[in-house]
Amino acid sequence: MIDFASLLPSILMMVAPILIAALGGMISEKAGVVNIALEGLMGIGAFTAATVHVLLEPVLPGWSLLIGVASGMVAGGLFSLIHAYASISLNADQVVSGTGINLLAVGIAVFLCQIIFHQDRTSAFQIGMTTDALGLYPTVWIALVVLLGVWFFLYKRPAGLRLRSCGENPQAAAAAGIDVRRLRYLAVMTSGLLGGWAGARLVLTETIQYSMSSINGQGFIALAAVSFGRWMPGGVAGAATLFGTSVALAISMVNVQDLRFLPPQFFSVVPYVLTILTLVLFSGKDFAPRAIGQPYEKGLR
Amino acid sequence: MPDKALPPKEKFDLIDLFTRSNGAVSLLVIALGFVFGSLFILLVGRDPVNMFSALLQVVTGWDSSRGVWNARYIGEWFVASMPLVLCGLSMAFAARTGLFNIGAEGQYIAGLTAAQFVALLFPPIPGLHWLVCVLAGLLAGAAWGGIAGWLKAKYTVSEVVTTIMLNYIALYVSQWLTHAFAPGANTYRTKAYPATSLLANPWIEDLTNGSRLGNGLWFMLLSVLVFWFIIDRTRLGFSLRATGFNKEAARASGIKVQSAITTSMVISGAFAGLAGVIVSMGSFSYGRVLPGMENYGFNGIAVALVGNVTAIGSLLAGLLFGMLNSAQPLMQSREIPKEITWIIFGLVVVFISFRNGFKLLADWRAKQRTKS
Amino acid sequence: MADYAIEMLGITKVFPGIIANDNVTLQVKPNEVHALLGENGAGKSTLMSILFGLYDPDGGSIRIGGREVKISNPNDAYAHGIGMVHQHFKLVHNYTVTENIVLGQIPRGFGGNTDLREAEARVAALSEKYGLNVDPRAKIESITVGMQQRVEILKILYRNADLMIFDEPTAVLTPQEIDELMVTFQRLKAEGKTIILITHKLKEITEAADRCTVLRRGQVVGTVTVSDTTEQALAEMMVGRPVTFGIEKAPAQPGEVVLSLQGLTVKGDKGNEAVRNLSLEVRAGEIVGIAGVDGNGQTELLAAITGLATPSGGKVLLKGKDITRVSIRERIRKGIGHVPEDRHKYGLVLEFRLDENLILKTFDRTPYSNSLGLLNTAPRLEHAQQMIEQFDIRAGQGPFTKARSMSGGNQQKAIIAREIDLSPELLVVAQPTRGLDVGAIEYIHKRLVDERDKGRAVLVVSFELDEILNLCDRIAALSKGEIVGIVPADHADVSQIGAMMAGVRHA
Repeated sequence: MIDFASLLPSILMMVAPILIAALGGMISEKAGVVNIALEGLMGIGAFTAATVHVLLEPVLPGWSLLIGVASGMVAGGLFSLIHAYASISLNADQVVSGTGINLLAVGIAVFLCQIIFHQDRTSAFQIGMTTDALGLYPTVWIALVVLLGVWFFLYKRPAGLRLRSCGENPQAAAAAGIDVRRLRYLAVMTSGLLGGWAGARLVLTETIQYSMSSINGQGFIALAAVSFGRWMPGGVAGAATLFGTSVALAISMVNVQDLRFLPPQFFSVVPYVLTILTLVLFSGKDFAPRAIGQPYEKGLR
Repeated sequence: MPDKALPPKEKFDLIDLFTRSNGAVSLLVIALGFVFGSLFILLVGRDPVNMFSALLQVVTGWDSSRGVWNARYIGEWFVASMPLVLCGLSMAFAARTGLFNIGAEGQYIAGLTAAQFVALLFPPIPGLHWLVCVLAGLLAGAAWGGIAGWLKAKYTVSEVVTTIMLNYIALYVSQWLTHAFAPGANTYRTKAYPATSLLANPWIEDLTNGSRLGNGLWFMLLSVLVFWFIIDRTRLGFSLRATGFNKEAARASGIKVQSAITTSMVISGAFAGLAGVIVSMGSFSYGRVLPGMENYGFNGIAVALVGNVTAIGSLLAGLLFGMLNSAQPLMQSREIPKEITWIIFGLVVVFISFRNGFKLLADWRAKQRTKS
Repeated sequence: MADYAIEMLGITKVFPGIIANDNVTLQVKPNEVHALLGENGAGKSTLMSILFGLYDPDGGSIRIGGREVKISNPNDAYAHGIGMVHQHFKLVHNYTVTENIVLGQIPRGFGGNTDLREAEARVAALSEKYGLNVDPRAKIESITVGMQQRVEILKILYRNADLMIFDEPTAVLTPQEIDELMVTFQRLKAEGKTIILITHKLKEITEAADRCTVLRRGQVVGTVTVSDTTEQALAEMMVGRPVTFGIEKAPAQPGEVVLSLQGLTVKGDKGNEAVRNLSLEVRAGEIVGIAGVDGNGQTELLAAITGLATPSGGKVLLKGKDITRVSIRERIRKGIGHVPEDRHKYGLVLEFRLDENLILKTFDRTPYSNSLGLLNTAPRLEHAQQMIEQFDIRAGQGPFTKARSMSGGNQQKAIIAREIDLSPELLVVAQPTRGLDVGAIEYIHKRLVDERDKGRAVLVVSFELDEILNLCDRIAALSKGEIVGIVPADHADVSQIGAMMAGVRHA
């Protein structure tokens, strides 16, 4: 029997950052901009948070965590501006600029580790995030709050209605007087903030330092969750939970008797295989925002 | 209705040059990459000259600190370049058909894994053994690329997403298969390869003063030729290029666009698979349980884009980036963190994505002119 | 009180190579329904796009209520009370009716949240007031085209538009929906709105409009009061007196039937039936022309013949053989040549050289490639050289010229050269001379007649009635996907055909 109860805290710990990043990716894509750069944004967020925390820990204990997370968020936001500028103002191919950011983010992160810490990872910090009474990290609750917030914004606020129209039919949005470019910029920056935040949370809860394998594809898993969840908050939450569980099991299954018969990589592969299967199953219908990936050009009939 | 009079001949115009010439853009992007990379180095208080001197050393073999020529640097430069060139060819080939193959990483892994198994399990017949390894790698990479191609052709599933997913699937499946089934495997390696399976070439090894360069070199050069040949000289290449430039016109001309897409991904995967073979059978003497992505595939994207998705471009860009990679240990010893190469790769890709900006600039200017 | 609600005075708009609007003056009285009539390319949509702020004019001015105004974008237009119902609806497919209507000005409720209930109430009120029946909670993708259009109308009423522009509103409606729309116009008028109606449908003009301005080739032909004129007269104004140079051609000698369309039905991309139960025959040695205004099913008809689309009903027969579901490559081999309407999208690969484009359909045959799959350069270059000479194609670098850098006329000659060179049994040609100068036009027409005289079957689709009259032996008028009538060219009456194109049936 898999003792889910005891595994639950670590499962949720892994789900939370994936969920937050996926929600960021969803917002960007709902506005019409593909964001492959989630992996890189999480990476730069994780690096920044770990670095700031390690450096400030001796000086400002207690506060350094918070400041670390905040700076991770900011780093993600700033980086995403590059992608935003390329894809929205320069009509760049969104996949190319996203891929470039992934390469650039990890490069800069490890480079700076070398400079600051003289090794290819940050120094280990003493205290990461701590769990609360229920044994859960605060990051789990925060993820829930973000989930509710995103849902509320997209479906209950006028700005959300406008944002979603930019991804479905930017010509219709423009005809209604909406500033499509501005909204898309905001959406991409939000995904950067959330991605950076997710990376920050991840490194502060799951490990003791940032290295180039900290994120290890979880940014792409978050992207897959957006697809699998059909670009809806509820669906994305479900997908992130499923995939996060899979990732968590991949790590902890060595401890579970009953799962020993499976190859160790089984749970690692599950999210990716599931995503491909869904894409094939739903290939007839397209749940993605209709105008996704197309640069917005004024005056098209 | 008379045609509007043509505007007077423009004097030499930078924006026009960059809009029209892809080669110029590539050079500009590389230059910018190095400039920003140097700025970065300066920003953290190190001396960019050290990076350039390290680069010079791997290309010429001249070791300034000891005052001797050492051909090994040149050999290792090529060793680092080969997989980059091949992964660049992989992405470039698909791109010519209008496809975005980000899956070279997974196709590389597939080729690598197949080669490892054949190396360890196939009878050690001299002359034949390594050839079968190469073939196995080609086929494995081709098959892995073909999956994405088939999914796109049959189900119109975006190859961008599927190839990313397949990258990770390849990695994990490779880890599992190698660890569980390869002879003598532990958590990170297998038993040593029989000598007959290696791509080592004693003559080249001698020439390059003991570098790891071997027969892989011929295969890489052959691949560049094959790429050029298929694209430029065969009717398959004709239909692939037509599909890549204008899918609708291709279709209206009777070209079977679906099968063009699948074929393209298969060949594209084969190139990357070959890269996997060359790395595993050329640079290593035992099989490995891959600890993670090797990034040749991802860096191959930069190679293809800078090389303007051509055969010769991929070769040159691959050599350029191989130069950066092989200089890493030297840079490290000169206080330049080796990750500067990743930064330069990333910058190059981002800058290339700005390319469309030139067109926008040109359009805006044309509009200004008509208004006046 | 000004005499006119809106005046567009001396408007000129130039696009590369075309003068879309040439010193056009349009004056619309308050509370009237003013129709804007003209063929495709006459300049109607351009003029209205200027009014709605989507384009800037190169000359002229706009006055509202006597005062000069500048309209740079749709928000300006709305601010002046101008709204436009587009021909291609600008609706978000998975939003509800209400959400689409209020998207420009979303009502806020408690705490600034979207107040959908208030929105629905406002929509219901507007709907009631103007008699525009919609289901506020339905999603756009699941309602009828007629209701979608009502949503578009409500959108601009919600923004308090007083001047409402309708761009070809009946193009996609069923006859019943058209009747409902006519009633709507009366309601709007009764509520004090002013309406500009862009159309080529004469029946609707006589039913709904008070006055009508006719445009032809970017210029105003005249403005008439509808009650003082007839459909025939309007048709004549629209197509103009034929200024034909006349092509020297011997009378046709039609032979056996080459193309036979039987009860053909083809769906358009909105799912509607773009071609309805159409039957037509084209014989060897004759040129049959299809006359009609753009959007009446020509594209879908040609797609079914060439293989780009599969019909949902009926058959396509080539020399007696059923090719309804045959692949494009097979149809090319069986002898169908196609000069497409959109030469850049379907006709040429612009990045390819001239010689490559000239063998785009034959590259896999000898002598252009051999049995090993290799391309043979020499035959290809020779062939290109021949084509250049035979068809007078002007290309700066000869066969090596990139298609993109050739002029429109020469690109078209290249396509025609390629297709004629295939010696097709059936040559299908769409808009053969669009955007070309007089010399190229003459040349291409001559070549098409030559093909006819060689015994080929030629089918020409054109929006230019002049061209059809000059070129064709028989003329079929197409309206809303159906052939309204077929007349022999020498008995053709311009106004009769113009009327048929606009949907008027004759006994």
